[in-house]
Order: sequence, then C-alpha cells, then structure tokens
Amino acid sequence: MIELKGISKTFRVAKREAGLGNALRSFFKREYEEVKALQDISFRIDEGEMVGYIGPNGAGKSSTIKIMSGVMSPDSGECIINGRVPWKERTAHVQQIGVVFGQRSQLWWDVPVADSFQLIRDIYRVPEEEYRKTEKQLIDMLDIGEVVKTPARQLSLGQRMRCEIAASLLHRPKILFLDEPTIGLDAVSKIAVRDFIKELNRTRGTTVILTTHDMQDIEALTQRILLIGKGKILLDGTLEELKARRSHYRTVTVDHSGACLPHLEGAEILQDLGGHAQLRLDTDILPVARAIAMISAATEIKDFSVEGESIDDLVVSLYKEFEI
Amino acid sequence: MKQYISFFRIRFAAGLQYRTAAWAGISTQFFWGIMNILMYRAFYQSNPEGFPMDFRQLTGYVWLQQAFLAMFMTWFYDNEIFGHITDGSIAYELCRPCDLYSMWFVKNMAIRLSRVALRCFPILLVVALLPAPYGISLPVSLPAFLLFLVSMLLGFLVLIAFNMLVYISAFYTISPMGIRILVTSVLEFLAGAVIPIPFFPKWLQPVLYALPFGSVQSTPFLVYVGHLDAEAAVRAVALQLFWVLALVAVGRFAMGKALKKVVVQGG
Repeated sequence: MIELKGISKTFRVAKREAGLGNALRSFFKREYEEVKALQDISFRIDEGEMVGYIGPNGAGKSSTIKIMSGVMSPDSGECIINGRVPWKERTAHVQQIGVVFGQRSQLWWDVPVADSFQLIRDIYRVPEEEYRKTEKQLIDMLDIGEVVKTPARQLSLGQRMRCEIAASLLHRPKILFLDEPTIGLDAVSKIAVRDFIKELNRTRGTTVILTTHDMQDIEALTQRILLIGKGKILLDGTLEELKARRSHYRTVTVDHSGACLPHLEGAEILQDLGGHAQLRLDTDILPVARAIAMISAATEIKDFSVEGESIDDLVVSLYKEFEI
Repeated sequence: MKQYISFFRIRFAAGLQYRTAAWAGISTQFFWGIMNILMYRAFYQSNPEGFPMDFRQLTGYVWLQQAFLAMFMTWFYDNEIFGHITDGSIAYELCRPCDLYSMWFVKNMAIRLSRVALRCFPILLVVALLPAPYGISLPVSLPAFLLFLVSMLLGFLVLIAFNMLVYISAFYTISPMGIRILVTSVLEFLAGAVIPIPFFPKWLQPVLYALPFGSVQSTPFLVYVGHLDAEAAVRAVALQLFWVLALVAVGRFAMGKALKKVVVQGG
C-alpha cells in the first residue's frame, strides 16, 4: 500500500542567457532559478491496483517515481510504502519493489542477460528454488528463452525491454514501478509487454504504477488515472470518469469537394486541407446531425465518419483545460 | 556478502574477455621495464655510491611495477561509474538492496584484478629467468614474502579507497575530468610510480612515506625487494592498514552525504 501526503520537491537550476558574454558573466555570478518539481502531492494507492500516472514532459512524474522508489528524498511531506519511508529505509524498501526506467538499462551490457539475472538473484538474496521457478515463468511469459543467452549490448530494443522487465521481477516485488516501459517499442513488443503486465497483476496481485505518454498503454492497462501537471495532482479518477467529462465531444472527419468548410458555431476545425477536414463538435451546442446538414449545404460531402474523442485527444484537451 | 562476491565474479569474468588488450599490455610493459632498467643502469655505472638502492633491488622494483601495473595504475577509472552519476543511471543502482560504496569498491577491485590476472604471470615468468641483476630474485625470506602479500592487498585497497573519493566528487562537479587529471598526476608522482621513493631527496622521503600515496605500491615492492628492514616493513604495513581504514571511513561519510542531496540527472 502506498500513501503520499503533501510531498514537495524543489530543484535549483543554474540559468544563463545564450552567448559568450553571458557565459563569462555567469562564471562570476551565477543565477539560479527555483523549479518547483512537486508541490503538495498526495494520493493513496491500494494493494493490487494498476494506476496510470500521466502528465506532459517535466510535469513531475519521474520525480514522484524516484521519491517512491527511495532514490530521492523530498523537501517536505510524508510517504509511506508498505509501512516504510522509502528514502530512510532504502535497502529494506527496495527489496519489495521492482523498477523499470524505460530510458535506462539495468542489465550489465557486456555479459549475457542470464548472468545479469543470476547476479540480481544474489543481490536480492532470492532462494535458489524460488529463483528457478520465477525465472522460468518470466522467460516463458515474455518469450525470451533464446534472448537471455546473448549479451545485453546485442539485443534489439524490444528484446532488451522484455529482459529489463523480467530482471525487475526476479525477486517477486509487491510493487512495480514502470517509467515509460513501452518507449520506442514496435507494435508487437508493446502488446507483448502490455499483456504481460496485465497477466502479472491478475495472477500475482502486483501493484503496478505506470508512467507513460502512450495512451494505449493507459487504456489497455489501467483503471485509475492520476494526472499531474506543473508539479500538482490535477485529477484522480477512473478512465471512464475521464471520458465522461468529455463525452459530449465528437470528432468528425469529412472528405468534401469544396475548397474550405464554413465556420460553424460549436465546431472547432482541427484541420482542413485539400478537401480532407477534421472537426471537433461540442454536441451540446451543435448536434452531429445539424452539423452534417450545414456542411452539406455549403459543400458536397464525399465521405465522412464520426468518432468519440480518442484518448490522446482527451489528454490533450485535459492539458489544455488545466493549462499545463 | 554473497552479493558482493557474485558481483566480483561477474565483473572479473567480463574483464577476462579482453585478451588482445592483455597481450598488447604485456609487450608494452616489457619494453617499458627494459628502458627503465637501462636508464637506471646508466646512473648506477656513473656513480654506484650515490645510488640509494641495491641495483638488484631496483630491477626487482621495476619488474614488480610492470607486472602489477593494472593493479596500481593511478590513471585508471571505471567510466561506467562516472557515466552512471552524470547521466542518472545511478537511479537503478540505488534501487538495489545493497550498499553502493561496497558495490563500486568491489567493481573496481574486480576490473583491476582481472587485468592483472591476465598480465602478471607471463611477465613474472620471463623476468624470473633473466640473468641477475636484470631479472627479479626470489623474496629474501618466507616471512618477508607473506608480509609482501599482505602489503600488496592493503596497497591495493588504499588506492581504490582513494579512487572512490574521486568517483564521489563527480556527484558535486558533474564533469570529473579536472579532478581526475589533477589527482592522477599528483598520485603518480607521490606514489613512487615515476621514480621509487628512495630516489627522492632525503628530507622529502619521510613525508612521502607518511602520505597515503606512499602506502600504495611503494610499500609492498620495497618489502619484497628487501629495501625495508623487518621493523620498518611492519611499521609501513601498519600505516597502510591505517590509511585503508581512514580513507574508507572518509569515503563512506562523503558518499552518505552526497546521496542525501543527490539529484538524479535526466528525466
């Protein structure tokens, strides 16, 4: 179980304008800017939950993960995970968590992955029998039987990421932090990773906290979403609630023969190029049927489709709504 | 403890992959040793009385230095560790239930020892066969040899404990190059790696022996070749032990401080 209360963290970043003159000046007098990475972050995650932690770049996602994994200490606030304060009892705490930082590697690059696994077994003091069972299970589920015999430096990104995930689960952690686990992966690997995480949560009841920019990850994996922006938690709810907030929006795609669509009250033209247009309708103001009637009055419609807002749009509009 | 041993094992095994580098190193070290000895021979022949060591002691010193170069070289640092600090991958290492200081210490030991394991035996074998006074002679006595082994280990630990301070400095400076270059040149000179400490001015020698750098390679080599008498040798080894403990204590303290205020770089 995870509980954060009023966590804040500020960084001091050295700043200067571009150019040689300014570089020289900053040599004598440095100017710093305080960046409030996290301000008063509070939330609670129960055992066995899968939570998507989303927000734009620089919102404070990674900082939160670092604090929860004991790598960094906050300036103020409380954080209790499984009854421990992560940064105070780091060694005991990390025994119970697994972490995957999608942009970094934990495998030793010049030895076969299987050797890295064994080293991790010794580091976490996993009993031999339990290790053999877990390793076999992970290798089967992630389909990396052949891959683990290769040195990590020779793996493709998709293979490596599957090995990274296996490596972080060898000690059967209760909590798994995934920091952008599908970044840069192809469609097949992404789906394999997602299926695996889902399966893990279902069978072992592992609590999963996932940061990502890939909204399909969120859609496929998590029920609950935490939205963070400018260091603050802006929203905490289920994906359905989020969708409901914006359910009166529809995206309409129109192929037409006219040059340009007319401006309509309640419709935002997302793009309109070469007879291919996309509009976002606020159906409270402009119902779909009326919009079509008005468009077909102005131009000849060749093809058209109506969709609910995609989750990507949903997030973009959320970012806009909260001005982050 | 087991975790550090297996960490040592995996790093050691990885280091043994680099055989071509080892052969290149061996031949370089042979020529370097021969050049050094020829140079000292010229000094010795021009004024044998002014020579502060026996010529046989000196050749022994030079060959030990060449054979165990990878163990005591002052310029070697593990760039992976600097990389982890500057690019933030240290986050992963901090997510492990083990002590980072010990981990890095063991890693440095493993890399250096794997290099030495590949290099020292061919060199020692050949120089043992060289005619006196150009080769290396057997140790003066069994106790001296045992003391030499202890002293080798301690000297090795002193050097790595010192290296650790340089790694830790990277938490504060981001780019460790400056400190590295400075420390390397100072260390190389003061450790008796360029010229053995007995060749320094008489007034400076006690200072050099007392500094931690004098406890690195100078002590074990001088013990082996019999330049230090029994009492001086035991005293020197005790001083080595002191420096190991002191530098490890300082390093652990500094690391604890650094980690408390650590800012993990990058997103």
